[in-house]
Amino acid sequence: MTKKTKKGKKSTENSSGLIDITQRKFRWSDYLAEKIIKGVAYLSITIVVLIFIFVFRESFPIFKTGKAPAKTEASAEVQETYGEVTDQSNAPEVQETYGEVTDQSADSNVQETYGEVTDKSSQSADSDKSYTVSAGSGFDDNRSALKSLLTKDWVPVSENPRYGIIALIIGTFKITVISILFAAPIAILAALYTASFASRRMKEIIKPTIELLAGFPSVVIGFFALMVLASFLQSMFHYDTRLNSFVGGIAMGIAAIPIIFTITEDALTAVPKTFNEASLALGASKWQTAFFVILPAATPGIFAAVLLGIGRVFGETMIALMATGNAALMGLNPFESVRTLAATIGAEMAEVVFGDTHYNVLFLIGSLLFIFTFILNAIAEFYVKGKLMKRIQGK
Amino acid sequence: MIKSFKNNIKGILIEGLTLSSALLIIAIIVVMIAVIVIGGKDQISWEFLTSFPEDGMTKGGIFPAIYGTALLVIIMSVAAVPFGTITAIYLTEYANENAIIAKVIRFAVRTLAVIPSIIYGLFGLGFFIKFVGVQMDNTFMGGQLKWGQPNILWASLTMALLTLPVVIVSVEEALKTVPKDLRAASLALGATKWQTIWKVVLPGSISGIMTGTILAVSRGAGEVAPILFTGVAYYVATLPASFSDQFMVLGYHIYVMTTQSANVDQTLPIQFGTTLVLLALTFILNISAIVLRYRIRQKKSN
Repeated sequence: MTKKTKKGKKSTENSSGLIDITQRKFRWSDYLAEKIIKGVAYLSITIVVLIFIFVFRESFPIFKTGKAPAKTEASAEVQETYGEVTDQSNAPEVQETYGEVTDQSADSNVQETYGEVTDKSSQSADSDKSYTVSAGSGFDDNRSALKSLLTKDWVPVSENPRYGIIALIIGTFKITVISILFAAPIAILAALYTASFASRRMKEIIKPTIELLAGFPSVVIGFFALMVLASFLQSMFHYDTRLNSFVGGIAMGIAAIPIIFTITEDALTAVPKTFNEASLALGASKWQTAFFVILPAATPGIFAAVLLGIGRVFGETMIALMATGNAALMGLNPFESVRTLAATIGAEMAEVVFGDTHYNVLFLIGSLLFIFTFILNAIAEFYVKGKLMKRIQGK
Repeated sequence: MIKSFKNNIKGILIEGLTLSSALLIIAIIVVMIAVIVIGGKDQISWEFLTSFPEDGMTKGGIFPAIYGTALLVIIMSVAAVPFGTITAIYLTEYANENAIIAKVIRFAVRTLAVIPSIIYGLFGLGFFIKFVGVQMDNTFMGGQLKWGQPNILWASLTMALLTLPVVIVSVEEALKTVPKDLRAASLALGATKWQTIWKVVLPGSISGIMTGTILAVSRGAGEVAPILFTGVAYYVATLPASFSDQFMVLGYHIYVMTTQSANVDQTLPIQFGTTLVLLALTFILNISAIVLRYRIRQKKSN
């Protein structure tokens, strides 16, 4: 519209007699409104970018300091802490306390690398020195942390902290598989029922009810799993650990059902009526049409639904915290406790020291979660939609 | 003949299978609601809703948690609803459907909708608290720690980011139901685009904005993960009085009582009671949103 306005203005300036129909007075209020609205609309892009930057930034120091030259004389035992945290840290090792002034009297190797770290955080975070950066030994810490990332031990709080996230990743995948195996068939079949078989009346009952389930807070589902589902399933299957990946998986499946259902239902109803009519006209029965015509035509959409369901389960925190037992075990037995990536962040972030290796590792896990769901969403968005369009429109 | 009979049986079986899946989901929902209602109904009393926790949270009510939840969703809505509405206006009124920037914004909105809530928590910690908050402390407080720690403002803003896509999607749907003719008529009468939006389009989609707000509030009231480390507290003796205070929330209260407390069995009634309150709250909000949305859709089809 502004374009038109501008054009109109120009034409009145240039040509003397002719009146342009699109001519309209240039109004500041309109111009401003459009600019502001545009600016605000860009906000969502900005937020995504900011989340990207800030989650990654906090996990970055592990890699950064891993490359920095570690001082040989600084043994792993010596911990150098500075700032207010010193009062609280009760590590038994030798401690060197740095005041803020020490910072400037830089000469040694340690100080240089130290400065680097401080720079990075002060340009972004603060000049407040209330975090622990273990210089020298910290690099060893980070190095060993980096090395231990691909091991299976998750022992972040100990004399010799290890941050093996393999067990967490396996646990997360285990739970995801269980919950999708539970949720996807049920949700897809239910969607097929509402889209193809259900009477209008039934539809009006089923759809809002399942929409209601989407509004259940995950804490409530977690509470239900912890209090009722866990005991119920235990009495059914007779396993030892009450809280395990099976219980957690089923509970997360309950959380994922409405997402899979809604998107699948949308995809099924988006299949053109002509498909349905053609199939029926050729003599196929209702169920044959539903199963062999409508369902295949909507597969890309259903695929997207399952992907988004996976994304939901993958990042679910509260149910994982409450119903999975939270033990980082490696086994593939579904009746063992597990610890997921998201639950690890949720359980431990509140207790870590800001700037600590543990803190960075938790942010690294967050980055992994972010990348994974981002990719899932991108696939669901671009690949699947393109395919769906192609199939339905026959291009 | 036999073949068609077989087919019929198969058809009935398959239809039955799909029907039973749908019924299974509904059964799960009904059981969940029933269990929580039966477990919590005796606990609900005026006193429970309006008093503070006592005796190390083993007795007393949940008033601070209700208050904190209400405050959280109010601040959150104040932040999320205007921004969400404006973004929706841009997408429906200004942006060209096929323009790249509109597509990018849509993709960003959907991405925001699927990012796990715990990531928002991390972002709130890394951005609001450790970046903005600490910066504010250094500038205004002379380095004194006030904003650079978890508080209700940062928690609400984090929650606002999480609920932004909910608002955008609902408002967009409502804006699309305003007939093109109305817009054309307004423009033809000499109103500018902004006047048209302000006087014609927005009043016509108030119910959509309401739906979006309600859904956002319901989501915000139930989510715990984003505020785990951006402002929620296990127990605070006083109600939050300023933006820089910590606060209690229903969802976190449930989580803490069930997993962190020493005597889980003793507090079982309180846990069920709190869960029932939270469930009832989100339930009422969701049902009103569904009803509103149903009306909007009917208007659209008319």
